[in-house]
Amino acid sequence: MKLYFKYAAMNLKSQMQYKFTFITGVVSRIALSFTSVLSVLFMFTRFNEVEGFTLSQALLCFSVVSMAFSLTEVFARGFDIMPRMLGNGEFDRCLVRPRGMIFQVLASHMEFARLSIFVSAVAVLCYAVPNSGVVWTWDKIITLILMIVCGAVVFFGLFIIYAAFSFFTVEGLEFMNVLTHGGKEFGRYPFVIYGDGVLRFLTYVVPMALFQYYPLLYLLGRERSKLYMFMPLFALLFILPSYGFFRLGLRYYKSTGS
Amino acid sequence: MIRLQNINKTFRIARRQSGFGHAVKALFSREHELVHALKDVNFEIQDGEMVGYIGPNGAGKSTTIKIMCGVLTPDSGLCEIDGRVPWKERVAHVRDIGVVFGQRSQLWWDVPVIDSFELIRDIYKVEARLYRRNLDEMTALLDLSEILKTPARSLSLGQRMRCEIAASLLHSPKILFLDEPTIGLDAVSKIAVRQFIKRRNAEHGTTVILTTHDMQDIEALTERILLIGKGRILLDGSLDELKKRFPGGTSEEMVAALYKEYKI
Repeated sequence: MKLYFKYAAMNLKSQMQYKFTFITGVVSRIALSFTSVLSVLFMFTRFNEVEGFTLSQALLCFSVVSMAFSLTEVFARGFDIMPRMLGNGEFDRCLVRPRGMIFQVLASHMEFARLSIFVSAVAVLCYAVPNSGVVWTWDKIITLILMIVCGAVVFFGLFIIYAAFSFFTVEGLEFMNVLTHGGKEFGRYPFVIYGDGVLRFLTYVVPMALFQYYPLLYLLGRERSKLYMFMPLFALLFILPSYGFFRLGLRYYKSTGS
Repeated sequence: MIRLQNINKTFRIARRQSGFGHAVKALFSREHELVHALKDVNFEIQDGEMVGYIGPNGAGKSTTIKIMCGVLTPDSGLCEIDGRVPWKERVAHVRDIGVVFGQRSQLWWDVPVIDSFELIRDIYKVEARLYRRNLDEMTALLDLSEILKTPARSLSLGQRMRCEIAASLLHSPKILFLDEPTIGLDAVSKIAVRQFIKRRNAEHGTTVILTTHDMQDIEALTERILLIGKGRILLDGSLDELKKRFPGGTSEEMVAALYKEYKI
């Protein structure tokens, strides 16, 4: 853990070398989050409710998904740029160092400018929390935290799968963006609005609904069962197949080396 | 001790003719070509030896180095380094080796070199006293004191290479792999690097495996030469033997004659 913080300090020092890039990165990302909030707002100026959810409730979803995704983007950036790490030999360098591979990829790339997205999402959350009609008791607060943390883990799993694919091929990896960036975009609204098929996919295959839609129902008091509160924890299982696939990809990489 | 027995490695390379039609076709079916990168490679290297590993581009030098570093798994054959199989016990194995890839940096581009060194110290869990001793020694021998506080991106190639070599030795590895360490360096830097490697080997008994195209590297450093061509070890002998076989001429001409003789 201490080593992780040393890596973090190195990342920070490197990024501070380019202050202008850092600042423009922060500003442009805040603007970007702002426009995506606007798109939700416009939707609700036309319709008072979407599938029975109010604006604040949708913004609650928005902020949870956006926070989860930005955490992953900041701290698991290495998996996002895996093709580059493979191309410039950085990954081979990790292989000749006596530390775990997942750890090294995680630690060697963090992008702090992207924390600005997280901060904007917190601002949205601050608006949504009092206006969503949720009675905020301790269990609700825990649910909310679970949603964010487990959401970040699910996105992390997707990033790992992306990285694992890049061991096999560098072509056509964009299809993974449908799940990562797509998931973030679609996650602005409760996943139920996209229909049964999508909801089922996001429950059993890529368990994004487990940290978004189901616990939201618990927050809003529509479901009282504690099962819905702890639903995000089941989403954590997603990390297992992701990790397995990464191992498989790594084995393939070590046998081809390119 | 390093021991390689009957190491084989084949790569599948996708083949495609030029032109749009073939590009579309390649989306659906690919023709593959098998390239035998290594064929029955055998050799042993004792502790404390310095070996020059030479051969033309694409002969299989890097593949062999990668296998010995545990980055690549061979198709078949045995590779044992100090009793360990590199790709099976990666973490334990890499603790004892240092690797310099001449064309690729291990330093953090935007931070002072000394910061990279300290991170490497923590990655390898180098004891404080040993780190201090190694750092002092290398600062003196490689003349690093002026450049340790400079970010790697502002270093000249020669300065960077000196730092790379130092970075690979901070954890006192038993074996040092140098993949073209003098490529692109000026005469002064080349000589500094050579002298340092020689000294390291003599004083610490570090085993050194060196790939290079620069015959002066070989002449200055190694007694033993391994020649690889088209994936096979063609020659394993001393520099003196070679000189006797190809009398007269520079070492460069000798190697050219050697490549010619083996048709590689």
